[in-house]
Amino acid sequence: MVNGKRVLIIIPALNESGSIAEVVHEVRGELPGVDVLVVDDGSTDRTAAVAAAAGARVAKLPYNLGVGGAMRCGYRYARDHDYDVAIQIDADGQHDPRYVPKLVDQLDETDLVIGARFAGEGDYNVRGPRRWAMVMLSGVLSRVAHTKLTDTTSGFRAANRRVIDMFATWYPVEYLGDTVETLVHTARRGYKIRQVPVAMRKRMAGTPSHSPAKAMIYLGRAFAVLTLALIRR
Amino acid sequence: MKLTLVTGLTGLILLATIVELLRRRQLREKYGMLWLGVLVIVIPLSLFPRLLDNVAELLGVASGVSLVLFLGIVFLLLVCVHLSWEVSHLEEETRTLAEDFALLRAQIDADRAARDELVSHDG
Repeated sequence: MVNGKRVLIIIPALNESGSIAEVVHEVRGELPGVDVLVVDDGSTDRTAAVAAAAGARVAKLPYNLGVGGAMRCGYRYARDHDYDVAIQIDADGQHDPRYVPKLVDQLDETDLVIGARFAGEGDYNVRGPRRWAMVMLSGVLSRVAHTKLTDTTSGFRAANRRVIDMFATWYPVEYLGDTVETLVHTARRGYKIRQVPVAMRKRMAGTPSHSPAKAMIYLGRAFAVLTLALIRR
Repeated sequence: MKLTLVTGLTGLILLATIVELLRRRQLREKYGMLWLGVLVIVIPLSLFPRLLDNVAELLGVASGVSLVLFLGIVFLLLVCVHLSWEVSHLEEETRTLAEDFALLRAQIDADRAARDELVSHDG
């Protein structure tokens, strides 16, 4: 329980056996009253076993579906088990669970809350095509959602019952669909979105890519996904 | 004459292949019927390539053969699009199945854990 609400933390994980135990332990330590569901997205390592040993509930997908597939599975679990709030956290440890109560607080007036960097807390900066993609995404999505959004690809978000019900039946599986397209879809259906500033930490395992070519491809794909999301119903 | 032999034979071999695949239940009927329908049109054309010359002239196409080529490409393109659509649909279905499977497995794990706890309390 957080502020009288039943909260489920959903952690989509793909081959994260190196960091998942620590993330689960930290969440359970900081937030004793919440349930943790690790959705193992077809890992080939011991992610599911390690997560279960750390005290998380585990839903193990038979093969890799992508973050969107893992998340819909998590939202279906939240809906079927009657949770008031579902919160998504990355398995690499970059999201600090101490911000969870702050996100949950906002859900009284808002349907979907995004934990955003660049919003005044923590230090994080990017340059080049990746930066242009972020500016483009936040510019367009802020207009669609009628609220200021600076970190649209953040995987740190909290949803209330109404949004859980929607995400349990509809959640795109495509690249960037889990972040960009869900925001457009949610805003268009009249749900209220708001962001809350959070500080992100260095990842516990794995490294982000810095190649300029990859950044350009990212920009192109972000543009394509955004355009498609806007012309879809 | 030689050309007619080549095209006619090709058509007949394709027909035999489709019929055999259908007979062995390797093709869903909807696809089998589609290709049989195509062959019913293609085989007469392979035997008498000039059949469509009149229609071609009506549409402003120089020869019936070009018209067949054009229609053939359009048709194949549509078939490819249809197959992509079918695959997308199938992926959505398998995705839902995979999720169901993961949720059921989680439920079984939870039930087993609860039962084990009960047993250890009783013992």
